[in-house]
Amino acid sequence: MGNERVNETRRNFLRKSAVLAGTLLASSASQPFTAMIFAANQPDKSKPWYAIGIDIEKCIGCGMCAKACKSENDVPKEPFYYRSWVEQYILKNDGTLKVESPNGGIDGQKQSVPDEEIFKTFSVPKMCNHCEKSPCVQVCPVGATFDSPEGVVLVDDKYCIGCRYCIQACPYGCRYLHPEKKTADKCTLCYHRITKGLNPACFEVCPTGARIYGDLNDKNGVMHKFLKEHNCHVLKPNLNTGSKLFYNGLSAEVR
Amino acid sequence: MPPQLKTLLPLLAVFICLFLVARHFLIPESFGKYGHYRANSMDEIAALPIHYAGKSVCVDCHDTEAAKLSSDLHSGLTCEVCHGPGAKHADDPENNKLEKPGTREFCGRCHSFNAARRTEVIHQIDIKVHNIEKENCIDCHNPHAVWEMKE
Repeated sequence: MGNERVNETRRNFLRKSAVLAGTLLASSASQPFTAMIFAANQPDKSKPWYAIGIDIEKCIGCGMCAKACKSENDVPKEPFYYRSWVEQYILKNDGTLKVESPNGGIDGQKQSVPDEEIFKTFSVPKMCNHCEKSPCVQVCPVGATFDSPEGVVLVDDKYCIGCRYCIQACPYGCRYLHPEKKTADKCTLCYHRITKGLNPACFEVCPTGARIYGDLNDKNGVMHKFLKEHNCHVLKPNLNTGSKLFYNGLSAEVR
Repeated sequence: MPPQLKTLLPLLAVFICLFLVARHFLIPESFGKYGHYRANSMDEIAALPIHYAGKSVCVDCHDTEAAKLSSDLHSGLTCEVCHGPGAKHADDPENNKLEKPGTREFCGRCHSFNAARRTEVIHQIDIKVHNIEKENCIDCHNPHAVWEMKE
């Protein structure tokens, strides 16, 4: 009698376990983890789906992009408020890493370590990655930040309550609280320019053409060409954010 | 159903109605059109004023400078890289003059020695040593045609 009951419970237990495992397997198949270059999937193929490409080999760290971004978007001039900035990475011969970004690069970068001590150095322009699965959008309690149909992550400053959850959530540090508006602010990929057919300000002023942006839906477009011809990588692929900012020549030291 | 619940039912109905009315007025007009956000905010962001006019606007008036620029090494640059945002100047050229930089400090932003700059991408000099008897870069170089030396 007791033996039978135990057997039935075991059967039920196994059945429930199988159902649970199957559900987990099926749900992981519907949203698989991927570090592929097309981790981001466009929801609507009829609209443009913007992505950004930055060629670190061409970047000279002049900081014109950071300066132009502040002018174009009326970002407060004082330090620590950036939508776009440039970091200089210096790997020293003693095995240490120095990352510096004086004033975000708006006044230009100066080499602070003598040549003899440097093993390798390069500049990395940073900006919003316009992730497809944006951590910042997921945490917004009021729906003030969102992915536009073009794949641009925007902030509705009339709806934002300034709770700063998104600033905490962004793994790339691309958001700040606007000191006057008291709302979250970030790179809009110059949405007011790209909708008028102009280049975003940082792309407009880049003297070496290190930055490009384009439509991922356009199979003959500049972004597809860039991704095919370069060995591109995204920042923090382990977080599965579906980042659409692709770096050519990205070193593993860059965080 | 217990009688005390029956007396509460109308009250519950009133609360639900009030909630629906309040919800109707509190949710903005275009909320939820594309997703969990106000669709109109995209139009508001798109309507923000631009500050950088773009090279094609500059070329409309400054065609001789543009022709000279495209003849030399700086041909890949847009005007506003050095001259700064020019949308106001394009609207009202008389009252909004753009900057004409050419100091060692400014040109050095791109052209001073830095190990992070690849030599094949950009010409680099030591701004503290290079031809030190002249004060500014534009005293010798024409920025629109850099190898057309003055004097």
